[in-house]
Amino acid sequence: MTCRIIPRLDIKGPNLVKGIHLEGLRILGKPEAFAKHYYEQGADELIYMDIVASLYERNSLAELISTTAQKIFIPLTVGGGLRSIKDIETVLGAGADKVAINTAAIRNPDFIKEAAEKYGSSTIIVSIEAIKKSNGSYEAFTDNGREETGLDVFEWAKQAAALGAGEILITSVDREGTGFGFDLPLVKKMSESVSIPVIALGGGGSVEHIHEVITKGKADAVSIASLLHYDFIRNHDMLKADYSDEGNIDYLKSGKPFSNIQPLSMKEIKRFLINTDVACRPVEV
Amino acid sequence: MHSNKKIAIINYGVGNLFSVKQACETFGMTGVITSSPEMIETCDAVILPGVGAFGSAMQSLEKNCLVPVIKKAAYSGKPFLGICLGMQLLLEKSHEFGLFDGLGIIKGEVIRFKQDKGPSQKMLRIPHIGWNRIEPPLNRTWNNSYLKTVPARSFMYFVHSYYAVPDDPDIILSNTIYGEQKFCSSFQYENILGCQFHPEKSGSIGLEIYKTLASELDSHGSI
Repeated sequence: MTCRIIPRLDIKGPNLVKGIHLEGLRILGKPEAFAKHYYEQGADELIYMDIVASLYERNSLAELISTTAQKIFIPLTVGGGLRSIKDIETVLGAGADKVAINTAAIRNPDFIKEAAEKYGSSTIIVSIEAIKKSNGSYEAFTDNGREETGLDVFEWAKQAAALGAGEILITSVDREGTGFGFDLPLVKKMSESVSIPVIALGGGGSVEHIHEVITKGKADAVSIASLLHYDFIRNHDMLKADYSDEGNIDYLKSGKPFSNIQPLSMKEIKRFLINTDVACRPVEV
Repeated sequence: MHSNKKIAIINYGVGNLFSVKQACETFGMTGVITSSPEMIETCDAVILPGVGAFGSAMQSLEKNCLVPVIKKAAYSGKPFLGICLGMQLLLEKSHEFGLFDGLGIIKGEVIRFKQDKGPSQKMLRIPHIGWNRIEPPLNRTWNNSYLKTVPARSFMYFVHSYYAVPDDPDIILSNTIYGEQKFCSSFQYENILGCQFHPEKSGSIGLEIYKTLASELDSHGSI
């Protein structure tokens, strides 16, 4: 089996954003442009995460999914604030292939069962946000690491798999956005806890980090954001698009790199993995 | 390419039909998402997509009175594509959550990947999700098939836990190896193509199949 590299795009309204440590959200550009670029560069799938997910923005998300899915012929997962079967129906109908659910599943685990029975297990990804406790255990959180649940992430993942989840997306909240590398013990233990595929997210800052989360962490797929986004931004003029009244674009104007994060293209990642004998789909030419 | 041909994309409740339609339209065909038997009959080709469970999909086809029109289309000689669960439904029966009868257009059955560890002792992840190679069986080429422009050993995108085992090995177009298990990843019987992978989710290589479908409809050609 080949390991998948999955760019993750955090969406706020019509924009791709990135949370930068202690600085809040910054606009990076238009998600469709990034998505198309990653598709052409050999991304294996894409994840859109609606990070504000308020009700009135749902329609614009559906539109964004449709414009993306018109041009992009790889699987698209959509997550963020999906609370009901109707929400899932909306995003699948717009052209998403899979959904990632977190809070709604934790509040009502039977939601996983209901969704898997209706749409098939392979459509339902259960997203788990993990925070390491001082005693070394990992607790599941919701709302971008703000709300604690008291659940042990590994026990919760096993339960989710038993209820019909098709994949687990495990995010290390501690590592996310830092570029310090993935939390290898977390990912490895997760991979050993369930027999469904595990997607690792949070902390990737270099190609070596991606390599080790596959080889040592036993991840089936790796989701990355900043390093790809920064590579795209430095090679494209993102300021041509119109961001009028949409938020803070100071970051874009500044032209600064993300700290601790090596800008990398999809091609460079795939080339490195193939050269180090990690099975992955080569970039199409 | 401007074929202006109508492709019926059979809608029986679930799955992402949007991408199938977009893939058709990329090559000038009009994708018609429909559950109407009358509409399906007027189309030039039929695609049976699908994700989810076999038994409930069959129930849904029956409830929507789609079984006779699907069989008619498959036997009519029109291009007919079964994708993923749509491929599996063409078989006689499936072992998914019990034993269910399928459409019986292709002789054979649908079985699940074995989870037990093989000689390598590596746990097999089920579902099989991701990119994997498709290879023609020994002494078989893809000339004059729906895969005629696809290079051997291309990567395609898979999402499934079950796979089709056709009785007649000669209809197998490609095999794929997952863990240590080799399975039929596509078959072609006359006008009927079944593929376990998703051509509309397999990048530009997967789209080749839609391109071949479009040129086939234009030329009444060589498949």
